[in-house]
Amino acid sequence: MSLPAVWRTRKQRYSLVGEVCSKCGAKIFPPRDVCPECSKPAQTPYSFSGRGVVYSFAVVYQASEEFEEYAPYAVAMVKLEEGPMVTAQLTDVDPEEVKVGMPVEMVTRKLYEEGEGGVIHYGYKFRPRVG
Amino acid sequence: MRKREVAIIGVGQTKVGEHWDKSIRQLAAEAILSAIKDAKIDRVDILYVGNALSGELALQEHLGAAIADFSGLRTVEAYKVEAAGASGAAALRLGYLAVAGGLADFVVVCGVEKVTDAPAERVNSALSLGIDGEYERELGLSLIALNALIMRRYMYEYGYELRDFAGFSVNAHKNAANNPYAMFRNPITEKAFVEARMVVEPINLLDSSPVADGAAAVVLCPMEMAKDFQAKPVRIASSAAATDTLALHDRKDPLFLEAAYLSARRAYEIAGIKPEDVDLFELYDSFTIMAALSLEAAGFAERGQGVRLAMEGQISLDGRIPISTMGGLKARGNPLGATGVYQVAEAVLQLRHEAGPNQVKDAHWALVQSIGGVGSTVVTHILEGPD
Repeated sequence: MSLPAVWRTRKQRYSLVGEVCSKCGAKIFPPRDVCPECSKPAQTPYSFSGRGVVYSFAVVYQASEEFEEYAPYAVAMVKLEEGPMVTAQLTDVDPEEVKVGMPVEMVTRKLYEEGEGGVIHYGYKFRPRVG
Repeated sequence: MRKREVAIIGVGQTKVGEHWDKSIRQLAAEAILSAIKDAKIDRVDILYVGNALSGELALQEHLGAAIADFSGLRTVEAYKVEAAGASGAAALRLGYLAVAGGLADFVVVCGVEKVTDAPAERVNSALSLGIDGEYERELGLSLIALNALIMRRYMYEYGYELRDFAGFSVNAHKNAANNPYAMFRNPITEKAFVEARMVVEPINLLDSSPVADGAAAVVLCPMEMAKDFQAKPVRIASSAAATDTLALHDRKDPLFLEAAYLSARRAYEIAGIKPEDVDLFELYDSFTIMAALSLEAAGFAERGQGVRLAMEGQISLDGRIPISTMGGLKARGNPLGATGVYQVAEAVLQLRHEAGPNQVKDAHWALVQSIGGVGSTVVTHILEGPD
């Protein structure tokens, strides 16, 4: 992703800030300024708790160029407790131990770097819930 | 304005594979000239080129002019049409609209992809340019990983294991053995499927379609003129398309291809037929889970039962609903933006009863469906044969 795009999406990427629809109350992530439920404008920021459960998961052995050095790694669709689903990597867990329904929480981690001395991309991952 | 009936009067294909000796223009030209020869036309009004990744992989955009020039169609109006894996099918739909609307008489639709000019790592990354860049790709997801996430949840909800999906790949390879244009003409076994190397677990190498070079083309004209050029014109009985969320996680139900369902329903409505009338279904088996979900969305199986059709042999050439009759994406090969046109060209051969040893008996109605991303664009056509 380009640098301006990383900067533009820093709030949602580093701290899971989405939106809440003032019309129907739907919690929205990723933010898009339009409610996917009722199609009304929705621009009120909303901070998600970061807690959710694994809806599905997969183990990436053959990764895209930027992520090759991290393979194998686990990815998952996580159903957040506020409603929306997000897709991300799982971390701090052996891929063999992951199960559908597992409680997880969001952490901010390094995603990849653009070569030696290049920009480091950060974002959310999920780990098994602690406590 | 009265809508005109549209016929396919010519098809052309190149072999899918690694064409080190041919450029994207040469590949396209080979398919186009072959289709024009089959159609015996001497005039082309518009050329639509379905292509997904030429800018990224072949370092060539502006494919309309580039390909018209090298196909003997200099000065002809020409454009590239892009919708990821549905690019070829989308190009056909635009061609259909132009002829049906009376704005053009002779339209050539070509699908082409040239992947082997780029290093394998770049191809691998480029395949995921059609998924959500900000919220999927940036986080380490790929097109294959998204399919794997769907497959895992499907297995979890409906109680299947990897072995249950083998029938799709076994069937595809069996059918490709008789297709001279197919990439992999070797049969595979259920055992080989189960033991294949994992790509993104639970998706393994023999679950995935091989990405390769290829070009296919079809020629369209108004039905009322078709008989002057082709003894066996195939009618496009309907053409429909729909979109869904770009990101998989934004779907209310990630196990249901809503755009596939909606475009198929619309296609059935316009053609005036039902799933049970369909003689063969060229579906988008980029991964076996897509084949299963396509069978469900197009009305051939209940939710969670698509895999059963493969397990019970109902997808074979003499089964209840033959699919991937010339090898499908899995074994004919998957030249991305060209794939949708291959699917249509193969269905046309079936409906003209020119499919050789793979002929589906008395084939009259064919359903053809192409998928972009994980179901974010789906284009569906129903074709009717002359007999």
